[in-house]
Amino acid sequence: MPDPITLTINGTQVSCAPGTLVIEAAKQNGIEIPAFCYYEGFSLQAACRMCLVEVEKMPKLQPGCTLPAAEGMVVHTESPKVVEARKSTLEFLLTNHPLDCPVCDKGGECELQDMVFRYGAGESRFTEIKHHVDEKQWSPAVYYDGSRCILCYRCVRVCDEGIGVTALGLSFRGVSAQIVPNRGDHLECDECGWCIDVCPVGALTSGTYRYQSRPWEMNHVGTVCTHCSDGCKTTLSVRNGQVLRANNRDRSGVNGEFLCVKGRFGFDFVHHKERLQSPLLRKNGQLQPVSWSEALSAVAAKFSEVKARNGQFGVIGSTRTTNEENYLLQKFVREGLGSKNIDHHRTGDVVTLLDALKGRTGALATVNDLYTAKAALVLGADLSQQHPLLAYQLRANSRHHRSATYLVTPGPVREEQFATKALRSNPGEELNLLPQLSDDLKQHASLTVLYNAAIKGDAVRQLVAFCDSLGIEVKYLPLVDYSNSRGALDMGLLPDLAPGYQPLRNPGLNAAQILSSPDLDVLWVVGANPLKSASLAGEKAFVVVQDLFLTETAQRADVVFPAASAYEKSGTVTNTTGEVQRLKHGPKVMGTKSDLDIIALLARQLNIDLGPTTPDRIFEQIRKTVHGYNVALPVVATGGAAPTTPVNGGVPVAVNPSLISPSGDTLFTSGTLGRYSKMLAKVMEAPGQLFKA
Amino acid sequence: MNQPTLLRPPHPLEVRVLTRRFEYPRTEPVWLDEYLRTEGYQALRKALDLTPEALVDEVKKSCLRGRGGAGFPTGMKWSFVDRKSPKPKYIVVNADEGEPGTCKDRILMGFDPHRLIEGCLIAGRAIGSNRGWIYIRGEYRVYIDIMDRAIEEAYANGYLGDNVLGTGWSFHLSTHTGAGSYECGEETALLESLEGKRGNPRLKPPFPAVSGAFQCPTVVNNVETYSAVPDIILKGGEWYAGLGTPRNGGTRLVGLSGHLNTPGVYEVPLGMNLLTIVNELGGGVWKGRKLKAIIPGGSSSPVLKADECDIPADYDSFAKAGTMLGSGATVVLDDQTDMVRVLARLMSFYAHESCGWCIPCREGTAWLKKITQRLDSGVGASKDIDLIDQISNSMMGRTFCPLGDAAAMPAMAIARKFRDEIEAKIQSTQAFVPAPGTRPLVVL
Repeated sequence: MPDPITLTINGTQVSCAPGTLVIEAAKQNGIEIPAFCYYEGFSLQAACRMCLVEVEKMPKLQPGCTLPAAEGMVVHTESPKVVEARKSTLEFLLTNHPLDCPVCDKGGECELQDMVFRYGAGESRFTEIKHHVDEKQWSPAVYYDGSRCILCYRCVRVCDEGIGVTALGLSFRGVSAQIVPNRGDHLECDECGWCIDVCPVGALTSGTYRYQSRPWEMNHVGTVCTHCSDGCKTTLSVRNGQVLRANNRDRSGVNGEFLCVKGRFGFDFVHHKERLQSPLLRKNGQLQPVSWSEALSAVAAKFSEVKARNGQFGVIGSTRTTNEENYLLQKFVREGLGSKNIDHHRTGDVVTLLDALKGRTGALATVNDLYTAKAALVLGADLSQQHPLLAYQLRANSRHHRSATYLVTPGPVREEQFATKALRSNPGEELNLLPQLSDDLKQHASLTVLYNAAIKGDAVRQLVAFCDSLGIEVKYLPLVDYSNSRGALDMGLLPDLAPGYQPLRNPGLNAAQILSSPDLDVLWVVGANPLKSASLAGEKAFVVVQDLFLTETAQRADVVFPAASAYEKSGTVTNTTGEVQRLKHGPKVMGTKSDLDIIALLARQLNIDLGPTTPDRIFEQIRKTVHGYNVALPVVATGGAAPTTPVNGGVPVAVNPSLISPSGDTLFTSGTLGRYSKMLAKVMEAPGQLFKA
Repeated sequence: MNQPTLLRPPHPLEVRVLTRRFEYPRTEPVWLDEYLRTEGYQALRKALDLTPEALVDEVKKSCLRGRGGAGFPTGMKWSFVDRKSPKPKYIVVNADEGEPGTCKDRILMGFDPHRLIEGCLIAGRAIGSNRGWIYIRGEYRVYIDIMDRAIEEAYANGYLGDNVLGTGWSFHLSTHTGAGSYECGEETALLESLEGKRGNPRLKPPFPAVSGAFQCPTVVNNVETYSAVPDIILKGGEWYAGLGTPRNGGTRLVGLSGHLNTPGVYEVPLGMNLLTIVNELGGGVWKGRKLKAIIPGGSSSPVLKADECDIPADYDSFAKAGTMLGSGATVVLDDQTDMVRVLARLMSFYAHESCGWCIPCREGTAWLKKITQRLDSGVGASKDIDLIDQISNSMMGRTFCPLGDAAAMPAMAIARKFRDEIEAKIQSTQAFVPAPGTRPLVVL
């Protein structure tokens, strides 16, 4: 670390690292230099001229966003000259601004509005006719009102540098200059909507939120996105129990401000009209709405009957429910029902990796590691499609730190834009190409390896052996696919492993065995849809399903409980990198109950004592009993991500690779939830854009 | 190669260095044969025997200053290029001549194209470059064709190519067509445009000498600057410096236009009196009228009133008078000129040409255009004049590139120096006189 330099800002001596921009040096010391075009982490523009500051011994005002702090520099950020300059810049901005704040979505959280309140003139001297352009719809998700636009180019930069799709550009010049999609009149992009978030004014508005509400009318609930396994923090804006918007402007969580289309727009399944809002019981071959007590009694009666005659239970858990629910479910099944037949849809081989890494600590990467890693190796995965946050981290790392990225993928992926080397393999044969990269990989001090479901079973051991042969520090990131896939593994939704990867002596039936068992008496499916792709061999099985919608599995059920989605409940989830984050309930859907409540109610009906059944108390139990989950509570409680440290003593369990299959979701699909999201159904995957060779 | 007859009969006060091969009334350029007969490419042969350091020193000694407008010392600019850089170094000729009133580069390219090529070669030798581009504005189709043919001739005869005059040094040159933007005359916007991007200016630093075209060290100079180089190398920097005044070496081309008897492009030594230029070379104000004002260095330079014009035409004297030499385009306005219309025309130009990158320029030029056009059409009040002054002040020195200043300076100068005239116009053209005993609907 080089010696800090000292400069004076507004009469106060401050110090900062050499090369720090004046605007950042001021920010670090609690002095705000207002700016529209400056955006941390993206290229410098110096276009808005709001950050002009007075620097002694410099004749002109200097833009604070591009001026590096220098030793002995004397900066004034609120001198009369500076304030006058800001006032005139704002006056310029308002000359062609429509001033339609009363109907603008941004009103109340608009940076231009804030600045005009602080520095602007009360009265306009502009008496000419304003330049006007009509509003345009660029995609189902993005609308552009050129009249409101102040041309700060934030949207252009997040799209180009942040997401890597370069869907936005600039057209025309002078006062007619405006932001345009690079493909004519529409966007061909990831539809992530980040451009809408970063817009300091109301020029870019969201297809879901526009004209819906005002920012101060909503409650803002920071929770975790329920779609993929990256665990992005998303802040739901809720009014009257309804989610109107999702973003993460406070940059909390592992993702900062990043969200993909699912995180930002894919919340609308919550209020889909086909949401189940009452328990269903099969009467005369038809599923009919019944009261909760009737449905619970029916299930409890069947469960006690089957338990009494020592019949066969099969339980398939969820990859989207919380850790608490998963923990309680396996406890219910193992202790309450005395069954071992519990499994879930596994999407990645974490178990073999943990066994192969026996005795090592710190060998698992976190999301932030991808941003700081010197080099990364991606095996099999199309990150931009399946793990947008991880792709973003790698891209940002390459852009900010010039890190190296190596790819071995079956098809073209977007990371090839910045990859150091990209190899194409046949699906499942990624490891065969690794020796070609070993010379390159050896040059880096450390490496982070990401692999998806293509590498499973013995292949994982081969991978670890290969990485050991490199002789460098290697961290691993086993990719799983659903929002709490990792939590389901950690909480022991497995026939052969108890919570914390504790091996069980007599394993139960796995998911495939459960579905193919002809003697199955009860199939209990919590938040999963196994019958979408498989058939149930046990014809006489009594099927209980907890779900949001009447899925293929629910249609076969005898009892269906309407469950609450992850956005409607509290608890914790663990993302693909093993970081625990807290869910906070935002909206409320009438008639639904969280899976935790449903399990607890069933337990009470069956007189099974599971101990306390509130999320906080169960998490306390998990922290005490599950290996690696003894995380710092304040971090989780305040919405942070706490990395878990899974068992390092080895997991002597042979994983059957055929049980591991990827979700197959893309950027625009998300299993059942995605099917019920109107916005995800409306946006179109950009032809040729995502799979750009 | 049909080009208009732009040449004037030579005037005895001219000092013809760059224009010495021009003959009135020819229209055909000096092609290679004729160029070689008149010392052509002798400077290049001399330069190939000199070290790059010696070439830069010679240019430094000549006190040659950039002829594009800013007047930056050329030798110093060349010395900023790191010759040891592993990156390729590039030569870029700014032939985007877009400043209203400027018409000198077209004459140099149109009549003596090989002089420019030779200048590029010498500059390339001085900074260790192997590649150059001549960025010519798209409207100059005929000059692009002339330059292309001259470059072809130079390639065919070994002056350009992989082995320049058998020395083993390679230098390639080609033309690049601009797409119609005044802003692309700004060197970094020109480089963006050259790279195929939108012609927005770049953040400085880094300056082009460090990171220019394709992020490589680049020298960007005006056509006239490069064209002066062969004679400097051939006859020595001191000889060239001696033609002008101290710190303002050499001769320069002035494009005389406006209300003159003999407008045209003339080559004069730096430091010649501005009134001498107008009255002798330009033949005085036309139709026997009196001089009202001179825009001395292209439309961006603040206007000089008739009584301020008795000054030597060099960089430093002009700066002292509150204006600038700019591109040497001198526009003369007679006493019947409507200064409000001049202002409105200028502002509509800058509003049209602002690239839209930064707020003060984008919004300021559009606002100034609207106010001045309104004043010109007779709707205005004297507070509008103050407003013009204040808007210009808010733009001055706060824009991303000098275009904002270029619009603000003439606006401010005209609003201040010709306030009486604008007031008079406002008074005389009040179109709507309210009926007796009523108030006007709109009080301006």
